[in-house]
Amino acid sequence: MAQEYRVLLEYADKINPESASDYIKVGGYKGLEKARSMNPKDLTEEVKKSGLRGRGGAGFNAGMKWSFVPQYPETKYVVCNLDEGEPGTYKDRIICQKNAQALLEGMAICGYAIGSNQGYIYCRGEYPFVVELLKNAIGNAKESGALGEFNIEVRMGAGAYVCGEETALIESIEGHRGEPRFKPPFPGVEGLWRMPTVVNNVETFACLPFILTKGAEWFAGIGAKSYPGTKVLTLTGDIENATYFEVPTDYLLRDVIYELGGGVKGGKKLKAVQVGGTSGAFIPPQNLDTPIDFDSMGAIGAALGSGAVFVMDETRDIVDIVNRIAKFFEHESCGQCTPCREGTFHCKEIMEKINNGRGSLKDIENLKVLTRVMVKASLCGLGQAAPIPITSTLTHFEYEYLRKLM
Amino acid sequence: MANYMDIIASCKDKPGGIIEAYHAIQKEYNYIPEEALKEAARAFKVSEAQAFGVATFYSYLSVEKRGKYIIRMCESAPCHVAGADEVLKALEASLGIKVGETTADGKFTLELTECVGQCQATPVLTINSEPIFGIKPEMVPEILAKCK
Repeated sequence: MAQEYRVLLEYADKINPESASDYIKVGGYKGLEKARSMNPKDLTEEVKKSGLRGRGGAGFNAGMKWSFVPQYPETKYVVCNLDEGEPGTYKDRIICQKNAQALLEGMAICGYAIGSNQGYIYCRGEYPFVVELLKNAIGNAKESGALGEFNIEVRMGAGAYVCGEETALIESIEGHRGEPRFKPPFPGVEGLWRMPTVVNNVETFACLPFILTKGAEWFAGIGAKSYPGTKVLTLTGDIENATYFEVPTDYLLRDVIYELGGGVKGGKKLKAVQVGGTSGAFIPPQNLDTPIDFDSMGAIGAALGSGAVFVMDETRDIVDIVNRIAKFFEHESCGQCTPCREGTFHCKEIMEKINNGRGSLKDIENLKVLTRVMVKASLCGLGQAAPIPITSTLTHFEYEYLRKLM
Repeated sequence: MANYMDIIASCKDKPGGIIEAYHAIQKEYNYIPEEALKEAARAFKVSEAQAFGVATFYSYLSVEKRGKYIIRMCESAPCHVAGADEVLKALEASLGIKVGETTADGKFTLELTECVGQCQATPVLTINSEPIFGIKPEMVPEILAKCK
């Protein structure tokens, strides 16, 4: 089973992503039509039944998330998270550039389910060309009448990784510094401008039209039982085919690298693979026979995350790479909470010391204590996940650290 | 060149539009001048400290004057292992400036960035947000020469 399975990207490069009529020709907007013929409650049930879970990293059941939105407030919002900041990830950009209308349709389906007429797409500042594409796609869809009463506005971020966290993203749309809020209340109850808000990832929204047209059972039958559907992966690092693929979620990590990926570049041996972006765990070769789905990855102490697959060959210096990653988190910590602000700073300092050959066993002990505090005490996912590259490499590649000590 | 007063006025009625206004100002000026910050604070009814706080939170917004061409070298892990450091050294040598500086003629500003989401051909740099892929140090002079 070395095949791709394209659902979201089936018509990639065959249709104009901005054109609603192109999309309609290949069956687009039928899902929204079907959704609107249903009772919103039944629609949410249907999405729950499909087993669709968030594709942004947290893996929360999408229908469940929608069901937390109270019925009574008049104003509610649908927000699409297109702030993909995880280094090595560009799958949301690809979904927009290949099939933007599916994203718009998915947002409108969600809008109908929760009773909202206003959507926002928060696009990262690194993608101004995607902002233009989406604005044209929205204009085109509105003109065609396909979206009906549902409106979508695009807002552009400005280079802050933390804004991928849903409450920070909401703060940013509101025109503030992107600092995460305390939860609860969750956005479903109190989100954008304090109104109930559903925040989902691009890929999550883009699955919805297909769930509606082909049925929840069809979707639930694809890939891994507990995390069904397909996943778009992006391969980077020392890999022959550094590109994107869409695979069923029970696809093995080994096949991602050696079948679709064409193997490690230059025929070298694999040292480690980091899945899910820069906050993901480093996975050693002995764990390659694991399906990529959320729970299987969790079982080996890793995470599917954004679906980035960063391959490192046998010549790579793990400590140097983790040092670089530690610097990333120190830069991206928003500084609001102490465990993350101070934790990421000291992680970087200690990693630098070890990487420069000035570290001792005591430094490794300190790293272990520090990372434990960060995981437990940080306000948001950034500070909680920042230690994972360090802890996972201390587990699987401790010898790389030890040989660099004084 | 559009006046920052007009730009801010056009975003004023958009809820949370201050960041949109900053983007539009930067498109014209390449940075956010102090007077524009003060005007934004007035228009969006926040304190000057808050307007400054927003502008300095985001790494793509700048309150310091910058060059006509803003070069950002990606230093995230996939670009790091692909040799981003060597490209950065070549950029510094060709431009005669360090990261964070602007050339004396006001033409180039050199910055570091985290992942720009173009990891299909690393390392990557962007010039005024346009990505250029698969950079090798020897390609740097040619890339710079194209910036007129």
